[in-house]
Amino acid sequence: MALNRKIAYIDLSTGEVKTEAIPLEWRRKFIGGRGLDAYLLYKHCPPGADPLGPDNTLLISAGLLVGTMASASARTHVMAKSPLTNLLGSANMGGFFAPEMRWAGFDHLVIRGRAEKPVYLYIHDGEIEIRSAETVWGSGVYDTQDLLRRELDDPETQVLCIGQAGENLVRFACVMTGRKNAAGRTGMGAVMGSKNLKAVACRGTTSIGIKFPQEALEYNKQIIDQVISTKVSQIMQRWGTGFIYGVTNTTGLVRCRNFQYNQLPNSEDIECENLDKYSIGLDGCFGCQVHCRHRYIIKEGPYAGTYAQGPEYTSQGAFGAEVGCRSMNTVLVGNHLVNDYGMDTLEVGSMMAWAMELYEKGLITDKDTDGLKLEWGNDEAVIELVKRIAFRKDIGDILAEGPLPAAKKIGPESLQYLIHVKGMSNLHSDERPTPALALNIAVSSRGSDHLRGRPAIDLYNLPMKVLDKVYRNPDGYTGPLTNSYSEYDGKPRMVMWQELVYMAVDCVGICKYHTVFLSPNHPQFKEFAKLIYLNTGLEFTEKEIWDVANRGYTVERLFNLREGMTRKDDWLPDRYFDEPTKLGLPVARGKSIDREKFKAMIEQYYRLHEWDANGVPTPELLERLQIAELRTAA
Amino acid sequence: MGKKIMITDPEKCTGCRLCEIVCSVKHNGVSNPTLARIHVVKWDNEGFYLPMRCQQCKEAPCLAICPKGAIYRDPELDSVRINHDQCIGCKMCVQACPFGAMGWNSERGRVFKCDLCHGDPQCVRFCDMKAVDYVDAAKLQSCKMRESAENYSELMRRHGGK
Repeated sequence: MALNRKIAYIDLSTGEVKTEAIPLEWRRKFIGGRGLDAYLLYKHCPPGADPLGPDNTLLISAGLLVGTMASASARTHVMAKSPLTNLLGSANMGGFFAPEMRWAGFDHLVIRGRAEKPVYLYIHDGEIEIRSAETVWGSGVYDTQDLLRRELDDPETQVLCIGQAGENLVRFACVMTGRKNAAGRTGMGAVMGSKNLKAVACRGTTSIGIKFPQEALEYNKQIIDQVISTKVSQIMQRWGTGFIYGVTNTTGLVRCRNFQYNQLPNSEDIECENLDKYSIGLDGCFGCQVHCRHRYIIKEGPYAGTYAQGPEYTSQGAFGAEVGCRSMNTVLVGNHLVNDYGMDTLEVGSMMAWAMELYEKGLITDKDTDGLKLEWGNDEAVIELVKRIAFRKDIGDILAEGPLPAAKKIGPESLQYLIHVKGMSNLHSDERPTPALALNIAVSSRGSDHLRGRPAIDLYNLPMKVLDKVYRNPDGYTGPLTNSYSEYDGKPRMVMWQELVYMAVDCVGICKYHTVFLSPNHPQFKEFAKLIYLNTGLEFTEKEIWDVANRGYTVERLFNLREGMTRKDDWLPDRYFDEPTKLGLPVARGKSIDREKFKAMIEQYYRLHEWDANGVPTPELLERLQIAELRTAA
Repeated sequence: MGKKIMITDPEKCTGCRLCEIVCSVKHNGVSNPTLARIHVVKWDNEGFYLPMRCQQCKEAPCLAICPKGAIYRDPELDSVRINHDQCIGCKMCVQACPFGAMGWNSERGRVFKCDLCHGDPQCVRFCDMKAVDYVDAAKLQSCKMRESAENYSELMRRHGGK
C-alpha cells in the first residue's frame, strides 16, 4: 500500500531511531510531503531554536504519490528552521532519492540532535543505520555519491548529501541528490552540516501497492499526454528551463548588475540555443517525460571535460545577467561548481552581484577581496568568488553568512543595495514591471522566491476566460481578476491560488512543471484528487485538497509568526519603489512598484487568506482548518 | 511470425525509469523496480543511460537450460515465454541469461521476464522519447540505411562527387 510507508524519528545525539506508522488522520489533514513536514516542524522544533544547533529539526520527506506512476512523482522535500532567515526553511528537489526512500519503506525522516562525528544514514527495506561518514567528509556532492555507492557495493543506491558548503555551514548550502537536483533554498545543507550529517543513502526493494493498477496506468497516460501536449512542455523538452532567459531578457524582466538594469544586452552566448554545443542529451527525473535539463560537458578552460547537468534558468542569471557576464562557459562552470560544492545557485549569484555593486561603489575594496577585482563581467573573478564562498575565504566568508549578517559586517550603507526579502535573496528576475510577481516574492513563506506562489502565467496576458477557469476554482472566488501583467487589481488572488496549488503539488510530491506553473492547462486540484484515489484509494474532492493546501500554508505562516516574523517582513526592498527600470520593451521600461497600491495588494492578499490586518491567521480560519491547537501552543 | 522487434537507443534515453514503473504496475499491480522486466542501467558520473531487457533471443540460453521445458517460443510475437505450470523454480534460467533479463520474484516464488505485454509493450507506450521502441524489423533496417546514406551523400555532395 502507498499508505503504509513509515515515519522515522532519528536522534543523532543519542543514536536512537524510532519508527512509527503515519496516522490516517494526518493523511486526511496534510496528505504528506511538504504539508505534513510543516506540521511536524511546528510540533518538533522548539520555538526560538538555533537553526544550526542540535534542537533544530530536519525533515526529509517524500510526497504521497512519490514512486507511483503519477507524472513526475519524484520530489523530495526538506524542511527545518532556516539558518538564512531564522524562519521557515523549506526546499524541494527532483531526482531519484524520494522514490527510493519510499521503496525502502519511509515517507518522513524527522532528524534531531547532533552527531559527535560525521555520519550518514543508510536506509534499506525498513532498516535505518547510522554509519561513519569519515571517508566522505570533505568530498563534494559528486564524489560523495559515487564513494557511498562503492562503499555500499550497490550502484542502485540513491544518495542525498551535502558538499563542502554544507560542511562549512555556508548559510545557503543545499541538500543535493544526483548531479544537479538541489533542495536549494533556505540553507538546508547548512542544517545537515551542523548536525554532522553528511548524507542519507537509500536502497529499497519493497513494493508500493497501487490501489487500482490498471485504471491508474491508463489515467497516468492521460495526465502525461496532457502535460506534454502543451507548447511550454514541448519547448522545455527540447531546451530546458533556459528557454525562459531569451524571453524575459528581451522583455526586460531580468535583473542585471545586481539591480541596476533589467536587461543584459548582447548576451546571446548564454541563451539556451547555445547549449546545443555542450549538450550530450537531456535528462529526466524519476518518471518525467518533460526532462527539462541537459547533460553537458564543459569544453574550455581548467574544467574542460567535466560532466555536469543543467544549467537552469536561474544559473543563467546567477553567472550571467546578475554579475554582467556574457559567457556560456562561465554559466556552465559556475553551475557545475555550485552543484558540486552544494550551494544555492540563486543565493550565490545574488550575493556575488551585491558584492560587485558594493565594489563598484567603493564599499568594499581590494583589501577586503585580497586583490580580487569584483568588476562586472569579470568571468574569472566570478568563478573564484564561488570557491571563496564555499570555502569561506576572505570576502567569501562574509558573503557565506547570507544577506543580512553580511550587510551587518560590511556596514549599514550596503543594506540599500541588497535585493532580499526576509533575509533571503531574490533570484535574477526583476519584478518591477510585474506587480503580481512582486507580491509573490514579498509574501512568500520562505522569503524572496518564485516557487512559492509565482503566477507565471500572468506574463502571458491570457484571455480572461482562461484565467476564470483557473483562478475561480475550486472555492468559487468571485472577486476581481485582470489579465494584463502591469495591473495590481486581481493579482492577490492569483498569488494566493498559486501558493495553494504549489503547496498541494509539494504534498503529493509531483514536479511544479506538471501543474499550473508555466501552463494554464496542466493538471491541478481535480487531477490530483483522481491520481490520489486511483493510486492510494484515499478519496478527496478537489475542494478538500485545496483545504489541505490551505492548512499546510497556514501552518507555515504560523511557524514564521512564532519565530518572530511580523507584517513588516512582507515587503520589498526600497529599490523596487524608488528606482524605475531603465531598459526593455515599453511594457517593462520605466516601471517601478507603487507603494500605496502595493500596500493595498498586501491587505487584499491577507483578507483572501483570512489573515487579520497584521497577517495573523484568524481564529475562525484555524478552527475551520482544525489546527486551532497550534496557535494556542505558540 | 512476428515482424516487430524491441530496440533501445541510449542516445534518446533520459534515464527517467518510467518504463520500469509502468512495467511493474502492469505485471504486478505495484510500484517496484526490482520486479520490472526492464531496467535502465545508469552511469551517473558520465550521464550515460542504457535500458536493458529481454532480447527475445533466437537461441535463448534460458530456454536451452530449462530442465522442464517450461520456457518456450511463442510464434505469434516471436517471443520467449514462461509456462509457470511446468516451472519448478530452479532459477537456472536466471543464471543463464546473459542480459540479466530473467528475474526472480522471491515473494511469489517464481521467475519473470518480458512478455512484450502481448504485443503492446507498456514501456514503449509510455516512453515519449522512444528510447525503447517496438518496430518493424524491415522498416528499422531501411531507416538505418537511409540515415547512414544521408551522411554519406552529404559527404559526396560536399566533395563534388569525388
